[in-house]
Amino acid sequence: MIYQDSKPILQVHGLCATVNGIEILKDLDFTVKSGEVHAIMGPNGSGKSTFAKVLAGHTAYEVTAGSVLFEGKNLFELEPDERARAGVFLAFQYPIEIPGVANSQFLRLSYNTVQAQRGHEELDPLEFDDFVREKMKLLEMSPNFLDRSVNEGFSGGEKKRNEILQMALLDPRLAILDETDSGLDIDALRVVAEGVNQLATKDNAIILVTHYQRLLNYIVPDFVHVMEAGRIIKTGGKELAVELESRGYDWVGVENNATMALS
Amino acid sequence: MSQVLQDLVNRPYKHGFITDIESDVAPKGLNEDTIRMISAKKSEPDWLLEFRLKSYQAWLKMEEPEWANVHYPKIDLQAISYYAAPKQKPKLNSMDEVDPELLRTFEKLGVPLHERMALAGVAVDVVFDSVSVATTYKAKLAEVGIIFCSMSEAVMEHPELVQKYLGTVVPTGDNYFAALNSAVFTDGSFCFIPKGVKCPMDLSTYFRINTEETGQFERTLIIAEEGATVSYLEGCTAPAFSSNQLHAAVVELVALDNADIKYSTVQNWYAGDEKGVGGVYNFVTKRGLAKGVNSRISWTQVETGSAITWKYPSVILRGDNSVGEFYSVAVTNHLQQADTGTKMVHLGKNTRSTIVSKGISAGRSNNSYRGLVKITPPAAGARNYSQCDSMLIGEQSGANTFPYIQVRNNSAQVEHEASTSKIGEDQLFYFAQRGIDAEAAVSMIINGFCKDVFQQLPMEFAVEATQLLGLKLEGSVG
Repeated sequence: MIYQDSKPILQVHGLCATVNGIEILKDLDFTVKSGEVHAIMGPNGSGKSTFAKVLAGHTAYEVTAGSVLFEGKNLFELEPDERARAGVFLAFQYPIEIPGVANSQFLRLSYNTVQAQRGHEELDPLEFDDFVREKMKLLEMSPNFLDRSVNEGFSGGEKKRNEILQMALLDPRLAILDETDSGLDIDALRVVAEGVNQLATKDNAIILVTHYQRLLNYIVPDFVHVMEAGRIIKTGGKELAVELESRGYDWVGVENNATMALS
Repeated sequence: MSQVLQDLVNRPYKHGFITDIESDVAPKGLNEDTIRMISAKKSEPDWLLEFRLKSYQAWLKMEEPEWANVHYPKIDLQAISYYAAPKQKPKLNSMDEVDPELLRTFEKLGVPLHERMALAGVAVDVVFDSVSVATTYKAKLAEVGIIFCSMSEAVMEHPELVQKYLGTVVPTGDNYFAALNSAVFTDGSFCFIPKGVKCPMDLSTYFRINTEETGQFERTLIIAEEGATVSYLEGCTAPAFSSNQLHAAVVELVALDNADIKYSTVQNWYAGDEKGVGGVYNFVTKRGLAKGVNSRISWTQVETGSAITWKYPSVILRGDNSVGEFYSVAVTNHLQQADTGTKMVHLGKNTRSTIVSKGISAGRSNNSYRGLVKITPPAAGARNYSQCDSMLIGEQSGANTFPYIQVRNNSAQVEHEASTSKIGEDQLFYFAQRGIDAEAAVSMIINGFCKDVFQQLPMEFAVEATQLLGLKLEGSVG
């Protein structure tokens, strides 16, 4: 939702980033204010996921130019774990499996670490159990997820629900959902989307990275951006996603090139 | 690999200090005279000297084994001393007569010897270089008929028991290092749990090598008679010397009908520095004979130290329905090499064995699991379950699994599972993205990986093992 006088959460200026020496992000500009939901769409290889990982601080990516301010502060001065504790959350496209570590244990350590940073009280295992079960209802997850190893043997849909559960626990200021819709059947998509909708407030912001318009039927974005070759080439409202779905990404590229040729 | 991981795996060894104490050290070199000297120092009976000499003769004809996946320069057995003992009064009447320097050493190692401050509920025999210096709670155990003392004392006080069982599980000519041990062993622990007695406390031995260029050849013998049960713990440390020290132990366990022996080890010998200089060569033969029906022998080991580990705690399942278990965590770092595993030899009917092995390799170390499951023709209905998991930390470490399975009875069921995983950037990034720093992440991953084995350790040891891994691979314990 777009609010009057809302503060910027994320300000990206001229961002360039490489992986293994190959430039993926090229002069990217992007601003997100609190309360807003942004969708970033684009074909494979356009740099959407790279952008998400650069924001979270993945070490495989090197930032070569540009700046990113998170709530007015230089994001690149923070280590990945510090960014997370400051309120940057990334729902992974491919959540990592951690054999032998119980989900409940992992979730509690994560939750308490972030709570401690915020000066809030940590929860003991029993208190946390009550708290997490309540959050799990939101995503229609069975409590037996708590006893299983983190993501191990989870189906694609279960992994994605587990990601959104973590978002619900950590209550981030900025949530980046990297292809959260991929691998979800229609029922799971609905549940996950409803979960995300309930977590959206006027104090936080959400960036949805997705290929398809399908997810945007459930989580309605305030802005839709089209990314190609490492930069945003078109920005519009929610209707842009519908147009993309029917006309394909080539259309934007052609139109954009035409616009640039004219100017 | 990230700097954080590097720092985590490179924590210093905290037991590397040397105790300044006057010692009686035998001249270097090995021959029949060395053996006679050791035997004479201990005023041993003739049968034991003969046992030693026979072993020596067998050893002379044997070759050092080269099949293990470990590489080191040939050990010059003439360049080490076979006996080193702190000088003290020949016969100690109470703990108060133990050299205060020794008491301080063991206190520093976390093993206080005064019973009033001793570890609650654990009787300890401490072996310093070649001799046992003290045993706690001896009198209390004697009340229920349990004999717990040093091997030297057992030879003097209970020769009939020692003679009856010594060498029956690991014969003198069993292998190169066992034969060497049988010839020159100096001390170790002796435990005898009589028929029907459940040992009221954990028994434990703490081994400390202090003198440079000595070999520690300990010999431990544990006997549980019909229906007896005992839990035994073993801990080991050594100073950080730049030379290598040889530790070639033999441990024999005998479980009669319905007896139960649980043997747990936390091995933390000095592992050498990050360049591979120094460290203990740990060549150990440990074997249990589940002799009686329904007997059970369980080995649990946490191997974190030593430059080289060559160790296969095994169970011979002779009694019908007997059970053998092997739970192992082996951690190697820097240039450490470990070739460790077990042998489960099924002779009796309906015998069962379980093997759970967890290998963790960091730095440029190499960690191999080597295990034999042998089902012989009479072992009808025998079952084995083996699980061997390896975890790699960083890009330069190695892990291997060498399972040998021989089944000669059609009614046997044998299962083997193996996996290899890696703590990589992606796993750490996932933790970081949830606010958890690398140190806490590694701790959580390692503890999760080792959980099945740590659950088998007695409480005090589980805490120690977790802390040890903490020192070795991480800072905090989650």
